[in-house]
Amino acid sequence: MSFILTEEQILLRDTAQKFFAEQVPVSNFRQLRDDESSEGYDTAIWQQMAALGFCGILIPEAYNGIGYGALEMGLVCQEGGRTLAASPLFATAVLGASLIASIGNEAQKQAHLPRIAAGEVLTALAIEERAHHDPQQIALPASKNSDGGYTLNGEKCFVVDGHIADLLIVAARTSGKAGEAKGISLFVLDAKTKGVSITRTEMVDSRNAAIVKFDNVSLSSDAVLGGVDAGFAALDGVLDVARACLAAEMLGGIEVVFDTTLAYLKERKQFGAHIGSFQALQHRAALMFCEVEICRSVVLNALTALDEQRNHAAQAVSLAKARVGDAAGLITNEGVQMHGGVGMTDEYDVGLYMKRARVQAQTFGDSRFHQSRYADLGDY
Amino acid sequence: MSALEQFREETRQWLEENCPQSMRSSMPEREMPWGGRNATYPNPDTKIWLDRMAGRGWTCPTWAKEYGGGGLDKPENKILQEELARIKARPALTSFGVWMLGPALLEFASEEQKKHYLPQIARGEVRWCQGYSEPGAGSDLADLQTKADDKGAHYLVNGQKIWTSYADQCDWIFCLVRTDTSVKHNGISFLLIDMDNDGVEARPIKLISGSSPFCETFFTDVKVPKENLVGELNKGWTIAKRLLEHERTMISGMGMGAGEGSLGGMEVIAKENFGTETSATGGERIGDPAMRQAIASYKMDQQAFGLTMRRAGDQAKAGVPPGATSAMFKYYGTELNKRRFELLLDVLGTQSLGWGEETPGFSSKELAVTRSWLRSKGNSIEGGTSEVQLNVIAKNVLGLPKA
Repeated sequence: MSFILTEEQILLRDTAQKFFAEQVPVSNFRQLRDDESSEGYDTAIWQQMAALGFCGILIPEAYNGIGYGALEMGLVCQEGGRTLAASPLFATAVLGASLIASIGNEAQKQAHLPRIAAGEVLTALAIEERAHHDPQQIALPASKNSDGGYTLNGEKCFVVDGHIADLLIVAARTSGKAGEAKGISLFVLDAKTKGVSITRTEMVDSRNAAIVKFDNVSLSSDAVLGGVDAGFAALDGVLDVARACLAAEMLGGIEVVFDTTLAYLKERKQFGAHIGSFQALQHRAALMFCEVEICRSVVLNALTALDEQRNHAAQAVSLAKARVGDAAGLITNEGVQMHGGVGMTDEYDVGLYMKRARVQAQTFGDSRFHQSRYADLGDY
Repeated sequence: MSALEQFREETRQWLEENCPQSMRSSMPEREMPWGGRNATYPNPDTKIWLDRMAGRGWTCPTWAKEYGGGGLDKPENKILQEELARIKARPALTSFGVWMLGPALLEFASEEQKKHYLPQIARGEVRWCQGYSEPGAGSDLADLQTKADDKGAHYLVNGQKIWTSYADQCDWIFCLVRTDTSVKHNGISFLLIDMDNDGVEARPIKLISGSSPFCETFFTDVKVPKENLVGELNKGWTIAKRLLEHERTMISGMGMGAGEGSLGGMEVIAKENFGTETSATGGERIGDPAMRQAIASYKMDQQAFGLTMRRAGDQAKAGVPPGATSAMFKYYGTELNKRRFELLLDVLGTQSLGWGEETPGFSSKELAVTRSWLRSKGNSIEGGTSEVQLNVIAKNVLGLPKA
C-alpha cells in the first residue's frame, strides 16, 4: 500500500473540500440547530450532495452508483467533519448503502440502491440496545411465524437518523442468545410499517438519533437482508467501514480545532505577550500536532486496509477508531481550555466540535471497546 | 534476466561464498565490529567478514567507490540489504563514522578531506566519536565553550566535552569548537581531532545501567592542524544541525525496537505470567485486564507510530512535504521506547529485577531487558531531550512565537 492519494482521489477530496467549505459551513449547522429544524438536515444541500455523487460512492455502477471504495467515502466524511456538516450521509450513504450492496439480494439491490444513490431514500440502522456498543449482545427477538415471516418485538436506541429514515435496517436475534455471534439476522423494512414507532431524541451534538420501538411488527421473509442467523459477519464488516468513516470525520474535526487553537495562541495576548510564546502551551500544542499526524496515518491505513481487504483490516479499523477517538477527546478539550473563557461560549465553534467528538467517539464502539477488540484480534 | 536480477544473483552467490557461518547468527554485544586502531576480535570471523565486505565497498554500499563505498544505486542497495537479511548476516561494521560523520563529510567536506577520511571509515580502520555536549552545554548545545584558538599554523584546543560515546576506545573525534566568542551560533566550527594527540584524555562515566558507554573528554593545549577544519570557519552549527537530524532519526527508530523479541512478545510473556481467560469469541485473553489493556494501548501506539514513519517516507518519495519531522519522531519514538521497557518490567515482575550479566535465578535475556530498561532512560535525553524536541516542533513546525 501507499500513503499517497491518487490524482482521482485528490480531485474528489478537493471537490468535497470546496463544497463543504462554501455550501455547508459551520453556520449552516448552527442554522439547523437554532431553527429547530424538524428534519435536522438541509434537504437542498442533500440534493446537491447526491448530484455530486457522494451518496453513491459505495454503490456499484450497475445500481447507478460510482463504485468507489472506503477510502473515497472516508475522504468525503473527513471534509464534512471539518465543517460539522449535518446530513444523512453517514446513516444512508455509508451504512445503508454498504449493507444492502454487500448482502442484499438482487431484488433488494434493485429496489433500494439506485434510489439511495439519487438521494431519494434515507436509511437508518437500528442495532444498539444498551448504553455500550457490543453488536454480539443483540437480543431483540425476531420470532418466526407459521407463514415463514418474522415478528419483531422490542426497542432499539441511539438509531442515527432514525426519525427521518424511509427504510429501517434492524439487527435482531433469530436464534441463540445475547453474546453469541450466530443467530443474528438483519431485516430491511419500511419505517412506516405497522407497529413501528420512532421517537427523535435530542442529542448533545444537536444531531439526529432516535428510539425505535417494535410492537408485534410482522414482516414477510422477503424482509430478511442476507442469510438468516448469519447477519453478524456482514454487519461487523459494514460497521468497520462505518467506524473508519467516523474516524475520518473525527479527523476532519480535530484538524480544524487544532488549526483554530493554534491561530488563537498566535493572536491572543496576556501578560503583554502572545500566549503562544509560553512554553507550557507550546509543549501541549506540539503534542497535539503529534496526535494529528498519528491520526492521519491510522485513518488512511484503516480505509486502505478495508479497500485492499487485508487480513488485518478489522484490527486496522479498531486502531483508527480508538486512537482517533482518544485524540479527538484530547484535542477538543485542549481546544476549549486554550481558548479560555471564550471557549466556553456558544459563539465560538470549538465547543460544537467537542460535543460532536464525544458522540463520534461513542458511536459504534468507544476506545475501550476497540482497544479490547484490537487485543482480541491480536490473540491476547 | 534484467540487470537488477543479475545483480541479485551475483550478490547472493558472493554472500554465500564469503559470509562466514558464524556471522549468520545474532550478535553478542562483545562481538560488535566497531573497527579502529585498537579493535579486538574475540571471534576472528568478525574481522574476515569486515575485510571482505569492505573490499567490495559494501560497508558503505551507496558511497562512491573513490571514497571506499560500493557505488550502488538505491535499487541495488535495497537488493543487497534484502540478501543480507535473507541469510541473517550481521552488520560487517558498526560505526559512528558510517552513520554520522560520513554523511556530513559527503555534504560539507573538501574533496581532499573526503578522499582522506571516508575510505578509512569504510574500511573500519578508524573509530570515531562525537564531541558535542559539554558540562555547561546540554540542551543549550550552542552555548558550548571548548575553544579553538587560531595560532597561525594550527588551532590550539582547550576545554571539555561530555557524553562522548566510547571515547576511551576511539581514535578520532569530530568536535564542535568555539572559534568566535563574540557570537553564539555563528562562532562555532566543526573540527576533526586525532585522539592520539598530547593533551587529549577520555574518562569513562559509569551509568545507572552499570555500563560505561559514555566518557568525559578533556582537551588541554591540543594542537590541531588547520586542514582538519570541515566546512567554513564559524559555520559549524549548520553541520551540527544536519548531524543531529541523522542522530534523531537513528534514535527514533528505537520506538520500533525489538528488545523483547528474543523473549517472545510481551503479550506472550503476559499470558504465561498472568494466565488466560476465554473471551466470548473463544480467544485466549491475558488474565489480568489492566495488563491486557496497557499492552494493547502500547501496541496500538507502536503500530500508529510505525505507520506514521512509513507515511512520512512515502511523502518524501512522492515529493509531498511531510508534515511529521525528525523532531516528532525523536520525541515520540523515544518516549514509546521508554514506555515499552516500563511495561516489559511490569510483565516480567520480579524476574525483571536481577542485576548484572549473569546471576542465579535469572536468564541472560531477562537480565538484558533490565539493563536495556535503564539504558532506555537516556533515549529521551541524548540527541536533544524530549522537551527540546517539543520546542523545535512548536517553533519550527507550528511557528509559535518566541518567549
